[in-house]
Amino acid sequence: MLRICVLAGALIMAGVGVADAKTFRIKPTPTVQADLQAALIAAKPGDTVQLAKGRYDFTSGLSLDVDRVTVRGAGMDKTILSFKNQRSAGEGLLVTSDDVTLRDFAVEDTPGDGIKSKGADRIHYLRIRVEWTRGPHPQNGAYGIYPVTSTDVMVEECVVRASADAGIYVGQSRNIVVRKNLAERNVAGIEIENSIGADVYDNIARENTGGVLVFDLPGLPQIGGHSTRVYRNQIVNNNTPNFSSIGNIVASLPAGTGFIVMATRNVHVFDNVFAENGTANVLITAYRPTITDPNYNPLPREIVIRENVFGRAGFKPDGDLKALTQMGMQGPDIFWDGSTTYVAAGAPKTEPVRISIADNKTQSGAPLRYLSMGLAVAGADFADAQPSTTLPGELVIAEPAPIKLAKR
Amino acid sequence: MGKAGFVLALALLFAFSGHSVGARDAAPNMGVILSEKPAATLSAYGLFRDPSARLPGPDLTRYELNTPLYSDDAVKLRYVFTPQGKTARYRADGVLDFPVGTVLVKTFAFPADIRRPDADLRFLETRLLIHKARGWEALPYVWNATQTEARLSVIGATLDARWIDATGSPQELAWAVPNKNQCKGCHALDDAVIPIGPKARNLNRTVAQDGQTTQQLAHWVARGHLDIAPDNAPRVAQFDDPSAPLDARARAYLDVNCAHCHNPRGPASNSGLSLTLETEDPHAWGVLKRPVATGRGTGDYLFSIKPGAPHESILLHRMRSIEPGVMMPELGRARAHAAGIALIQDWIAKMDETGRQKTP
Repeated sequence: MLRICVLAGALIMAGVGVADAKTFRIKPTPTVQADLQAALIAAKPGDTVQLAKGRYDFTSGLSLDVDRVTVRGAGMDKTILSFKNQRSAGEGLLVTSDDVTLRDFAVEDTPGDGIKSKGADRIHYLRIRVEWTRGPHPQNGAYGIYPVTSTDVMVEECVVRASADAGIYVGQSRNIVVRKNLAERNVAGIEIENSIGADVYDNIARENTGGVLVFDLPGLPQIGGHSTRVYRNQIVNNNTPNFSSIGNIVASLPAGTGFIVMATRNVHVFDNVFAENGTANVLITAYRPTITDPNYNPLPREIVIRENVFGRAGFKPDGDLKALTQMGMQGPDIFWDGSTTYVAAGAPKTEPVRISIADNKTQSGAPLRYLSMGLAVAGADFADAQPSTTLPGELVIAEPAPIKLAKR
Repeated sequence: MGKAGFVLALALLFAFSGHSVGARDAAPNMGVILSEKPAATLSAYGLFRDPSARLPGPDLTRYELNTPLYSDDAVKLRYVFTPQGKTARYRADGVLDFPVGTVLVKTFAFPADIRRPDADLRFLETRLLIHKARGWEALPYVWNATQTEARLSVIGATLDARWIDATGSPQELAWAVPNKNQCKGCHALDDAVIPIGPKARNLNRTVAQDGQTTQQLAHWVARGHLDIAPDNAPRVAQFDDPSAPLDARARAYLDVNCAHCHNPRGPASNSGLSLTLETEDPHAWGVLKRPVATGRGTGDYLFSIKPGAPHESILLHRMRSIEPGVMMPELGRARAHAAGIALIQDWIAKMDETGRQKTP
């Protein structure tokens, strides 16, 4: 016997009378799943979907595919979209249209990703909170705020907590601003991956496994990321034990990492405060697994670390750097694996690697602690290291221009 | 919601709907088909002789695919309609080039007892893909409890499906009718909606017609839906045909069940995992490929496909799962597909490090 138990009611669809209205007003009623999804489908470019304050429960993912729509709540602690009971879809909210603004609401406890926007140019995340309320847990969703394959991305004044991969993850995109956000207790606080042109500034990344990550991975449609500026951030106390599922790249992230850069170029890190990161404040490292993609360069190159303030670090090295402890050493403020050659698809390759470290300060006034492992080739065993503590000094490496996002 | 409430809601929902066609009018209404505003009821299109859509009209042709998408064990009835005097143009690769005015019809149904698959077939929804002037449009029509009418629901629906399975046990399923965006979630290429199934290679098979066996592509030509049916048309394996090579069956299964998202222009393009039949690079279709954006979906495994080790392969892990955030595909199934799982398990078990099947 078949019976229709819920026809996703949504009499709102019947409301052709709203055709002229610019605002859909949604309240946390028992039919909100259908009401909100209906509004997200019925909205026309320029419309607003207004979410009243309250707690909303969803059993399925939501999606928006209309350009120039604003979805707006009453505040990240007042309008709460809970996906604790979600049974289908890979994320809480999926946006696939351009010029969308998401602002002033929270997404909690999605089984997969929190909010994903794919191919969504000029998206604006403003004062959004994405959180897994039980705190760090390996069964939490992967990404909190997840714009991917998009151009002109703005993420600002958002809060992300306890994602099992990256709190704010921007992947395979161009022209990105991530500013004034709080990322805490995630595996990775903020991650810029396979992207071109990003400004990451005025954020707080604390109590994650790693605070801020900039890197490229092989085998993706967009590789060859470059030109990221990371500045004026507070990157502190990132010592949460890694709770990512094995297999993900961040599963190899040592707890106690402030900032890490890997397999990308022209990354400038300045005017940040780093402190209380147990492995190292800054890690500069090659991608270590075997590479089959002949177009992928695993080396970090054209890296500038200047005028940052460094607090305590290296007091509890984790992951690969645990070996330092066995050698009777502490983790440094700045660590570089030192590799300048690599092997891709079986062929040995090299490329000029320039790392500039200058004008940084320590909170204690003690000299900056720097360690290069002097590895001959990317991914080489640390047992083959030729460590050096001599700073590479200042090089002239042109800084990327500030990101200007396209106007809508 | 009780039945009365449901009927009332429908009445409110569609009281103002415009189109209405007599129950016995079997002539497809091109005005309705091509209208920018979709009809409120399935019967308005005039595709079937009866409002319950059991009797296809004279211009509708039932068709079968070599390897279909798995849909929670539902029975699927597929029909093609092309306007008078217009045929699809044959293409060896990709979806046939259908003319404007084409309607692809797919009804999802469960028999009351799967041991009698043709008896008491209860329709859940009928999806139309209509090739309009501006492109394809996907429209889900939801059947009422009395099976007399299917009405458009662009926001989807959840239906309760019950049936007796092959062992005589009662089964129940919350059937999710996709909303408009979810239709696009599978049917999107770049930003446009397109059909998935009707490719020459997936249609190229024999079908029973009036008690005789006939070549389906030639039958489409005879019925006026297709211009030519070349003898050398490609053919994709039937995933459940034990006489076909294992590799061909597995790749056919992944192509149909995964590649609508996992292709270089599809919704899962950013994963770098491409499961189309055309993908030649073993790393791109998963061999020793590390996960990207997978989260807990990795199941703590390192590779999409670890040759020789199906139970350490993320791809199989996600096929076996019915947990949101882990399961693949993300939409369109709530159950695990035992036959598909067995196939992929066998295929990975017999694979060498280069992605080829080991010779026995």
